[in-house]
Amino acid sequence: MASVEVKNISRSFGSFKALDNVSMYFEDGGFYALLGPSGSGKTTLLRMIAGFDYPDTGHIEMNGESVERVPLEKRNIGMVFQNYALFPNLSVFENVAFGLDVRGVAREETRNRVRKALELVQLGKLEDRKPHQLSGGQRQRVALARAIVINPRVLLLDEPLGALDKALRLDMQVELKRIQRETGITTVFVTHDQEEALTMADRIGLLKDGKLVEEGRPEEIYNRPKSLFAATFLGDANIFEGMSNERGITLASGETIAVAGEKPASGQTGCCAVRPERIRIVSGAQQELENVVEGRVERRLFAGNSTTLFVNHKERQIRVGVPNIGSLVPADGETVTLTWAAESTVPLARD
Amino acid sequence: MSKTTRFLSALGRGYVVLLLAFLYLPIFIMGLMSFNASPFYQLPMKWSTTWYEALSQDDRLVGAALNSLQIAIITTVIASILGTAASLAFFRYNFKGKKVLQTLLLPPIAIPWLITGTAMLVFFYGVGIGRGLHAILLGHVALALPYVIIVVNARLQTFAPELEEAARSLGASQWQITRRITLPYIAPGVIAGGLFAFAVSFDQFVVSYFLATPGQTTLPVEIYAAIRKGFTPEINAVSTIIIVISMALMLFTARFYKFGGNG
Ligand SMILES: Nc1ncnc2c1ncn2[C@@H]1O[C@H](COP(=O)(O)OP(=O)(O)O)[C@@H](O)[C@H]1O
Ligand SMILES: [Mg+2]
Repeated sequence: MASVEVKNISRSFGSFKALDNVSMYFEDGGFYALLGPSGSGKTTLLRMIAGFDYPDTGHIEMNGESVERVPLEKRNIGMVFQNYALFPNLSVFENVAFGLDVRGVAREETRNRVRKALELVQLGKLEDRKPHQLSGGQRQRVALARAIVINPRVLLLDEPLGALDKALRLDMQVELKRIQRETGITTVFVTHDQEEALTMADRIGLLKDGKLVEEGRPEEIYNRPKSLFAATFLGDANIFEGMSNERGITLASGETIAVAGEKPASGQTGCCAVRPERIRIVSGAQQELENVVEGRVERRLFAGNSTTLFVNHKERQIRVGVPNIGSLVPADGETVTLTWAAESTVPLARD
Repeated sequence: MSKTTRFLSALGRGYVVLLLAFLYLPIFIMGLMSFNASPFYQLPMKWSTTWYEALSQDDRLVGAALNSLQIAIITTVIASILGTAASLAFFRYNFKGKKVLQTLLLPPIAIPWLITGTAMLVFFYGVGIGRGLHAILLGHVALALPYVIIVVNARLQTFAPELEEAARSLGASQWQITRRITLPYIAPGVIAGGLFAFAVSFDQFVVSYFLATPGQTTLPVEIYAAIRKGFTPEINAVSTIIIVISMALMLFTARFYKFGGNG
């Protein structure tokens, strides 16, 4: 097992910059998500760490040693592909044993290690099946067992759950997390699904147009995003734009939104974000927070565990997340008072 | 099934039966006549194995048949190996002029064998290879290669490149990947390509005719020479044997690798 560090990596395809000066540290034993929209360079970065491709400039280190010149087959990396890439002519057992066979591991030891790996992914009984006789979730597990049986220094997964249906995906998220914790292998997985990244990873690297926009723990990056992109890509956010001053941000309508934390210098344009679930509806004597606005409920979107209200306030639409805890949800057309804390209002850098 | 569908289905079946009759009837009659005692195809048939006995005494025909078989087998082996290697090179590497090289594989198939044969004769003569069985073998390999490459290539198109990448990431060397992952997958393509190579060589008349020397020749050339001297039903006999062997070979591989048909 190993820590991995990429330093100032760039990679162009023709005139197109797929990766632009990306640096990121992956701690030994950590579980990392590379998150970003399609085409943001996630796969390209993963393939560089694996050794399928080489950076134009920059360095890659494992345990502090440079690995740029080490070919893929010598890097000792476990890789799980989006389409699993199971060898169709080999059985489940032979698939998992492949990495040990080519290393010349003794037969007895191979059998033990393969059995252990298959047990870890809960596939013990299927070792004689061929890949085409397995379900999507089972193939996924075989691919995982095949990658970890070689005791890789790093486990890399490219959209590992992308091909599974939702229920199975949630199961596999839990499984993957358990397996990662049990093995302690440094793991980097690529996803375009923000929820998946938030649930599974210890840390998230957010990519956009080949640049690393933000990096941090899921709570940090969700609760205190630094950029407009992070605020809107990781879940929903109400965005307010205006002139910055000592209290917060003054909108074109003349109201001022109170903002806590470091804001742009006074007199400059700036923007801030509030997550819908941070906004509360107050009535009567209930305590109001730093920000208070009134509006009319325009429509409601029921989503099971919560309802999103679209509230009209001075030509502006504010989205409010009301948790489904059994209380009455305001009806369409009702006038409501909204309130949220300055703490919940996050200043953003423009991008 | 509706009435129309049933009618159309019967029509389709009739059509296919006719087509196959057209293909098989001449062959069938030839086989039948090889057992007819009369050399002039007289009917009613009188069963006899005279022509097979005569054939076994005919050293020229038997010798030529063995030559043909030997050349076809060696051609199959060499063309399959070289052709598969070339297909893998096209599949794995992006090199300069790849598209052009790939496209250049097709025209030789369309060039009439008469012209290819003449060109080979002139060329082999010029560079000192000359004529004889070795020249025939060389010519057949050259003729067969494009077929193998094209067929194996078609199979490789359905092979996911991630499979080789996965094997590499697991620490396999290029040779281990080829032997354990890629070759087993493309095996049906290699077999099909090999069959083409065998057919191209075993059937080959024109190119062999140009490159053969009087003593050393192949079966098609020998049959042609025999017919010019005067037709004997021995030819029917040898042809029937060849047909039985080739059809058995084809049917076996078709069954084994599920080419054609669906079931
Ligand atoms: N081998 C390549 N040749 C040309 N362009 C490529 C190549 N690999 C990736 N790209 C381009 O780089 C960009 C980033 O690709 P990728 O890393 O696959 O994105 P992601 O995985 O985030 O969806 C895409 O626009 C893609 O078209
Ligand atoms: Mg990708």
